[in-house]
Amino acid sequence: MLRNILNRLRPSFEKGARFGFLHSTFEAFESFAFVPNTTTRSGVHVRDCNDLKRVMTVVIVALMPALFFGCWNIGYQHAHTFGLEMTFWSMWIYGFLRVLPIIIVSYVVGLGIEFTAAQLRGHEVNEGFLVTGMLIPLIMPVDVPLWMVGLATAFAVIIGKEIFGGTGMNIFNPALLARAFIFFSYPSHISGDRVWVAGLQSPSGVEVTTGATPLAEAAAGHIDRLPSMADLFFGFIPGSIGETSTLAVLIGAVILLYTGVASWKIMFSCVAGLLATGFLMNWLAVNPYMSLPPYYHLCMGGFAFGAVFMATDPVTAAQTEIGKWLYGFLIGVLTMLIRVFNEGYPEGMMLAILLMNAFAPLIDHYVVASHIRRRLKRIPANV
Amino acid sequence: MKLFTDPISKNNPITVLVLGICSALAVTVKLEPALVMGLAVTIVTACSSFILSLLRNTIPPRIRIIVQLVVVATFVILIDQFLRAFAYDVSKQLSVFVGLIITNCIIMGRIEAFALGNKPWPSFIDGLGNGLGYGMILIIVAFIRELFGSGTLFGYQMIPESWYITNGGFYANNGLMILPPMAMIVVGIIIWIQRSFIRTN
Repeated sequence: MLRNILNRLRPSFEKGARFGFLHSTFEAFESFAFVPNTTTRSGVHVRDCNDLKRVMTVVIVALMPALFFGCWNIGYQHAHTFGLEMTFWSMWIYGFLRVLPIIIVSYVVGLGIEFTAAQLRGHEVNEGFLVTGMLIPLIMPVDVPLWMVGLATAFAVIIGKEIFGGTGMNIFNPALLARAFIFFSYPSHISGDRVWVAGLQSPSGVEVTTGATPLAEAAAGHIDRLPSMADLFFGFIPGSIGETSTLAVLIGAVILLYTGVASWKIMFSCVAGLLATGFLMNWLAVNPYMSLPPYYHLCMGGFAFGAVFMATDPVTAAQTEIGKWLYGFLIGVLTMLIRVFNEGYPEGMMLAILLMNAFAPLIDHYVVASHIRRRLKRIPANV
Repeated sequence: MKLFTDPISKNNPITVLVLGICSALAVTVKLEPALVMGLAVTIVTACSSFILSLLRNTIPPRIRIIVQLVVVATFVILIDQFLRAFAYDVSKQLSVFVGLIITNCIIMGRIEAFALGNKPWPSFIDGLGNGLGYGMILIIVAFIRELFGSGTLFGYQMIPESWYITNGGFYANNGLMILPPMAMIVVGIIIWIQRSFIRTN
């Protein structure tokens, strides 16, 4: 049925027709609903059912466990903090109603800009924002004001992506850029101990003291106040919407790895880097935070989420195979360093990934250069 | 006349020649220091261009940089002392950047490129135009940064107090605007807008 409607509409969107200027918008909707019926006409091709759209869909599916759990956790934290009695589904629906506006704002603003930019340049609309638009809400605290999400999304899409040439050309991960924008612009709305539990900021005057994330507690030196390892792993802790449950993220990771969308090397080396630095700190252990077992860090904050969904972003990560090992390992190391040694930033994952995004091309350059050197050595000098 | 208007729009020292960026990023958090800085650079550029153009036939080319620096430094010290005497607060905000006007590429650039080869009066106009072009960008950037970063203009509250979240509203100042990276981005956006206009013309 949809097919018929699209076929009937098609002539009026062709070049020169009445709505010719909306051509790329039409294309976008059509290829979103169906597999495009055109094929490329030049060059060598690998035939594969995976196109950019399929890849994006897989990532969205992989994000669903984290989103689903995140919604429930918001309700749970709310009920827990305010001492309310709520059933499983009423918690979930409460959380879902809090998350839905953030998702809508992120998609409307981001896609609006993408479509406009594509129209202005006469490009086809790319599917790149589908994943970014889902990632942005998942790394926000639940109480973040909606206009900040909109502004941050606009900043990330325009400054982080469109001016570099659109999807596939960006240096930094747009979703993380959106978070970094809010982090530096409105620090009181994305850090501290008031934003992670829904309702804490409302001026109802409820006196609550426990809204801090485990990372903030640890950075403040309250190691004894950390939740149990099981709570951390399953995610019954305050935190950004989608990042609290390591279990949900792991389910997503399995989906990504099974379909081959994300690089297992990056995920693995991220964890390796974190653990290596963690054990090194255990060995030094000059303060209680440094002697915390490193596996705690795997489950605290956004490390798991970042390592699975952000660091593996194929556009901004290192492209060479050796480069991926180095890139992931350094993300793990930097995350630990920022978390433990920088008191201003309890969560190091965002900054570590953004920093390594900037270095990924450099890593690739040297890996390729060393390959070339090695192969040159095989040639006799006087040929 | 063209000498005066060109550097303000088509040949703007910041957005087209990309000179003097460093101080443009440093002093544009608030409008007031930006305005003073723009004026100071205008005076120094115009006067030193004028003086050096007068001297241009007597300066041996090999030591011309030293002579230029002496003249520029004289004016910078004059401005610095003047600010300390009559506008101490602003002078404290600008701190080292008044002294660093000496190193501002716009001044040396205009002397080398224009004043040493032209008569005093056109050199003066050229220096004036370049200084004002620089000051104009500074003021635009500072306007944006102060309005969104602190909610004020020239220190007066512009965004109504009742809008702020702490007072039950929805608004919050953008902390990134206070930080230097945002000045870079704002300057970049101004360059983007200006160049897209130049191209269409």
